[in-house]
Amino acid sequence: MKKALMLGNEAVARGLWEAGVNVVSSYPGTPSTEITEFVSKYDDIYSEWAPNEKVAFEVAFGAATGGARSFCAMKHVGLNVAADPLYTASYIGVNGGMVCAVADDPGMHSSQNEQDSRHHAIASKTPMLEPSDSAECCTFAKIAYDLSERFNTPMLLRLSTRVSHARSIVELNDRNEVGVKDYKKDVMKNVMMPAMARGAHVRVEEKLRAMTDFADTEAVEAGINTVEYNDRKIGIIAAGTSYTYAREAMGETASYLKLGMVNPLPVKLIKDFAAKVEKLYVIEELDGIIEAHCIKLGVKVTGKDLFSLLGEYSQATVRNTLTDEKADFDAFDEEIPARPPVLCAGCPHRGLYYALKGMGLYVSGDIGCYTLGAQAPLSMMDSCVCMGASVSGLHGFNLARGKEQAKKSIAVIGDSTFIHSGITGLIDIAYNKGISTVIVLDNSITGMTGHQNNPANGLTIKGDPTVAVNLEALARAVGFSNVVVVDPFDIEGTKAAVKAQLEKEEPSLIISRRPCALLKTVKHEKPVTVNEDKCIGCKACLNVGCPALSFTKRENGKALATIDVTQCVGCGVCASACRFGAIGKGE
Amino acid sequence: MSVKNILIVGVGGQGTLLASKLMGKCFMNIGYDVKVSEVHGMSQRGGSVVTYVRYGEKVYSPVIEKGEADIIISFEQLESARWLPYLKKGGVLISSTQKIDPMPVIMGKAEYPSDILSKIREKGVELVSVDALGLALEAGTAKCANIVLLGAAVRFLGIDKEMWVDIIKSTVPEKTIDVNLKAFELGYMA
Repeated sequence: MKKALMLGNEAVARGLWEAGVNVVSSYPGTPSTEITEFVSKYDDIYSEWAPNEKVAFEVAFGAATGGARSFCAMKHVGLNVAADPLYTASYIGVNGGMVCAVADDPGMHSSQNEQDSRHHAIASKTPMLEPSDSAECCTFAKIAYDLSERFNTPMLLRLSTRVSHARSIVELNDRNEVGVKDYKKDVMKNVMMPAMARGAHVRVEEKLRAMTDFADTEAVEAGINTVEYNDRKIGIIAAGTSYTYAREAMGETASYLKLGMVNPLPVKLIKDFAAKVEKLYVIEELDGIIEAHCIKLGVKVTGKDLFSLLGEYSQATVRNTLTDEKADFDAFDEEIPARPPVLCAGCPHRGLYYALKGMGLYVSGDIGCYTLGAQAPLSMMDSCVCMGASVSGLHGFNLARGKEQAKKSIAVIGDSTFIHSGITGLIDIAYNKGISTVIVLDNSITGMTGHQNNPANGLTIKGDPTVAVNLEALARAVGFSNVVVVDPFDIEGTKAAVKAQLEKEEPSLIISRRPCALLKTVKHEKPVTVNEDKCIGCKACLNVGCPALSFTKRENGKALATIDVTQCVGCGVCASACRFGAIGKGE
Repeated sequence: MSVKNILIVGVGGQGTLLASKLMGKCFMNIGYDVKVSEVHGMSQRGGSVVTYVRYGEKVYSPVIEKGEADIIISFEQLESARWLPYLKKGGVLISSTQKIDPMPVIMGKAEYPSDILSKIREKGVELVSVDALGLALEAGTAKCANIVLLGAAVRFLGIDKEMWVDIIKSTVPEKTIDVNLKAFELGYMA
């Protein structure tokens, strides 16, 4: 048997390929992004980046209706965007199988909240599988298609950062070429008007009952839900990452009920397990969903009384709670400065923020690399909620605080985020006669998730040329007559353009356009140089917050600006910050 | 055998992921169960990053906790200090001598501690310091500092050196094989 060391996300992609999936549509979101990137390397599967998760879900669901096995992936907050189709897709069911992967981020490594996507599974009445390692990512993905078609329902596949971004060993199998099923028009099944939906709701509840029976019986035989009896003084019910932490910490000193299907949850299986162990714990990251289910069944368990609702667990979480073992280690005695992620050297966002710093603006922020500009020294953000909220949120802020404040307020939003859900806010501003000034930070790529092409950069997921959204024309078409483009490295030009647009009592769109400094197609300038005769050591240049710029002592004892030539790409934003002309172009 | 834990720490963008990928592949080829847990995304650039490598007969958890690492491979001095608590008593810390100022230090809001490595050594920790950047430049490019450190760590893993050479050859882009092998050798001898 061939095997490979694979990321969880890579293993999901492998499982999709082996399951004979034909259509994949996703929007990038850490930690789910690599699934679709790996899928794009399989020629047997059509794959695409969609403008947002709702579109991705609907494309996948449409493909399933058309008879193909289909898939979409998103991060936990992305499922909020796709929730609308999800909650009705479960009523309708499928033709070809459909799976939607949703990757949670306990500990918020790169997310704005810590929501538990199992709630969506329960609320939308959609079955959900949860793998605990890469091997299960592959097999559960395949099982999900069989269940989807057998029970006539879309399936959710729940991942988390430590499953998606951990490598472990996967056995590789051949592709099961299932083909595309026939499509037959079926209005009662596929058209959700009230009369049909009432019948569909009855069927959904029946499906869930049938799947509960499955969870109690066949799921055990199939190795989805597993029981391991060791010492029976302690019994642990867990799923996904939490199972791996519990098993690591407790070894054979406890017995385990590992749940691979987290919606619907089994009934008989839990009652049987509970009866055979002395003290029962539920260990689950984030919310107490399995625990609440046990309580409903009348099973006595301990869960969230001991284990936190917050953050990521580990084997230490379990060990420290259930055993007397203490970790032994050395620690450094002095305070260790934090090392937060920063905008890269040469990042175009830095130029824009630096140009606007000092103008006393209210900055309505959004989700992307540019959110890093909220931190010192740039400190250029007043709010950040979710994808697209910068634009609509600015309109609301300006309505609350009036015209004069609107002349001192902007929204900042990246090109991909703008396409995702900024455009609807822009329409709202124009349609309702708002006067807000919106800045699109167009760096020609979806940056934060690791460089994915998007509808605004003219390249498909495979890098093939395609049409690109013309942001200027789009803004004009929705009713913005003031549309200007600036180069964020032209600090004075950017400043003047933004000032001019803010003065107008009309809506304005400013496009701050320069590609991400990390793109391979971007040619860099030589590193800038410091003229030590001119540098007076005032540290004004440090206000640009560039990781390539620091202060070091010279031989004469004076601390002067120093350029890290391994990082500097010669963008020159720091040179604009120097009143003494001490920073110059490299030669 | 019991599970062995290797922690790889550094600054986002330093190339910690290649080192962990090579290790994972090598341990799998030997026949161990392996888990490698990583941090992804551009949003990590410039930040403190960590990768966990675990191998043995059966590995459950993908992460390493305080007091559990047999080896820490650190790409930067401050990160050596930050992650020191993860080292098992009696474990080995392999640290690059490279220093990269974090933003609070650049801004003058915090100080970069002095003599980090000697202070760690004074605690009785077995510490191997490697001029990874200097050796990488000697090999041909600053980019292969990660392979220098891998070379330095391999001495403590008890796995045949030739095996690592094969893994490097079969993993890195063909054009970079020579420079990476040179970097590995320099690290191994360091």
